[in-house]
Amino acid sequence: MIRFDTVTKSYPRNSRPALNGVSMEILKGEFVFLVGASGSGKSSFLRLVLKEEKPTKGQIHVLGQQLNTLTSRKVPYFRRNLGVVFQDFRLLPQKTVFDNVAFSLQVIGKSKGFIQEAVPDVLKMVGLAGKSSRFPHELSGGEQQRVAIARAIVNKPAILLADEPTGNLDPATSAGIMTLLERINLGGTTVIMATHDVGIVDQMKRRVIELTDGRIVRDERRGGYQTQAIPVQGFGLASTERASTERPSTEGAGA
Amino acid sequence: MRLGLVFGEAANGLRRNITMVISVVLVTFISLTFVGAAILLQFQINQMKGYWYDRAQVTISLCTDIDSSGTCAQAEATEEQKSAIEAQLESDTLAPFIERFDFEDHELAYENFKVSFEGSPLVDLASPEFLPESFRVKLIDPNQATVLVESLSGMPGVQSVVDQRQYLDGIFDILNAASYAAIGLATLMLIAAVLLIATTIRLSAFSRRREIGIMRLVGASNRFIQTPFILEGVFASLIGSLLAGAAIVALVQFFVRGYLLDTIGNSIGLIGMGDALVVVPILIALGGVLAAASAGFAITRYLKV
Repeated sequence: MIRFDTVTKSYPRNSRPALNGVSMEILKGEFVFLVGASGSGKSSFLRLVLKEEKPTKGQIHVLGQQLNTLTSRKVPYFRRNLGVVFQDFRLLPQKTVFDNVAFSLQVIGKSKGFIQEAVPDVLKMVGLAGKSSRFPHELSGGEQQRVAIARAIVNKPAILLADEPTGNLDPATSAGIMTLLERINLGGTTVIMATHDVGIVDQMKRRVIELTDGRIVRDERRGGYQTQAIPVQGFGLASTERASTERPSTEGAGA
Repeated sequence: MRLGLVFGEAANGLRRNITMVISVVLVTFISLTFVGAAILLQFQINQMKGYWYDRAQVTISLCTDIDSSGTCAQAEATEEQKSAIEAQLESDTLAPFIERFDFEDHELAYENFKVSFEGSPLVDLASPEFLPESFRVKLIDPNQATVLVESLSGMPGVQSVVDQRQYLDGIFDILNAASYAAIGLATLMLIAAVLLIATTIRLSAFSRRREIGIMRLVGASNRFIQTPFILEGVFASLIGSLLAGAAIVALVQFFVRGYLLDTIGNSIGLIGMGDALVVVPILIALGGVLAAASAGFAITRYLKV
């Protein structure tokens, strides 16, 4: 479904790469937490999957496509298979709940009839059945995030990327959002969620990939937010050792 | 459905950006009017060239009693000298270039002079013997006047050989300079128009950056995202082009065919409505293409993936 082959991503004017030789694979139907400190490379990881960025080195396969060879003309069509949710919701303030969700279908050329059927269905699924004519500012944070999730999944994507979707929400509301994401995952959608929320990760017991300074330091089935078992790693001993020492001076080594 | 959405987005952008759109309309209007005027001026020059060169003659002026220029020595050209010139004009070397030639004697010259300078005090001063006799030569190809000038200038009894086109060239030089000035101004204004369109579209895109961000996220195609913006620029500039076309038609209708025709008559071959109608589609096409190009260029920055 998603495969990274020794992917390195460096940004200009920054000698330390955001991702440094990352290799991993995520299978269809998995629910994966991406954890790590700010700046550890979680967002870069998600942006690479979306092909908003190109890797400096290495190859990325998503949904059977090798992203390096994907022409920029085909990127929009590729993205129709992915749904994305952000911490800040990114709804259109002057559009109603219904129109916000419908907008994402209109712009990819779906018919009016399809939109009239699909949008109420998805709003019902996320629990906003009665609120389709509300505006975003009339909704609570949790409800706004549900609208954003509805928009992300209305086109039935194979993969849902969530970048700290509970970052702005209180624990109770977050739990509701997680239940929703879990239900989406049960429907067969692969969910990848970057998060700092210890409670959620510990409670859900799903696959956890931990990034530190652009490297995978842990890839654990049914893991918690902090290491509880021996790190399971898909590659070299050296990186394990390096990760175990506190902040090795990799400055310059990666550049 | 899709088309409706694209046009709706474009209309939204136009409404939200109305002041910028008005300035785009005005700048394109004025710059394209200059372009149109320059083209019309070129048409006018060509028309006049065709008209006048057709009538332009080479004048071989003969000596008079009071003249000491050329080969003259204050002596009237003799009959032998005139026959020699006539023979030369009919000779094998010159005859192929000449369509016809006429001889203008003192009396005829005086009559023509009176007509040309009617109302001027010069008429009272002139008398037939002051005005030189001349041969008026009509060439088959007016561009070959030098052949005549070279072979006849030195002949006895010839005061001067003048190609009348040289008087016209001065007028055409002035008209040409005016048309180049119009093109220069038009170019500067067009650059301003293109930059203004690009800025307008950037502003419009900036005010809709949330929508664009979401469209890119959910996989709207680049064409779908950029078309409303290009339409917006093209629409504003087309209004300007149409206004410029109307201005050009009005210019020809009321100034050239109205005022100029009334004051100087059609003796110089004025351009007509047909010429104006050739210019209008050129202006509309130019406005549309420039706007589409600059809007398309301006929006690409928002489409990088």
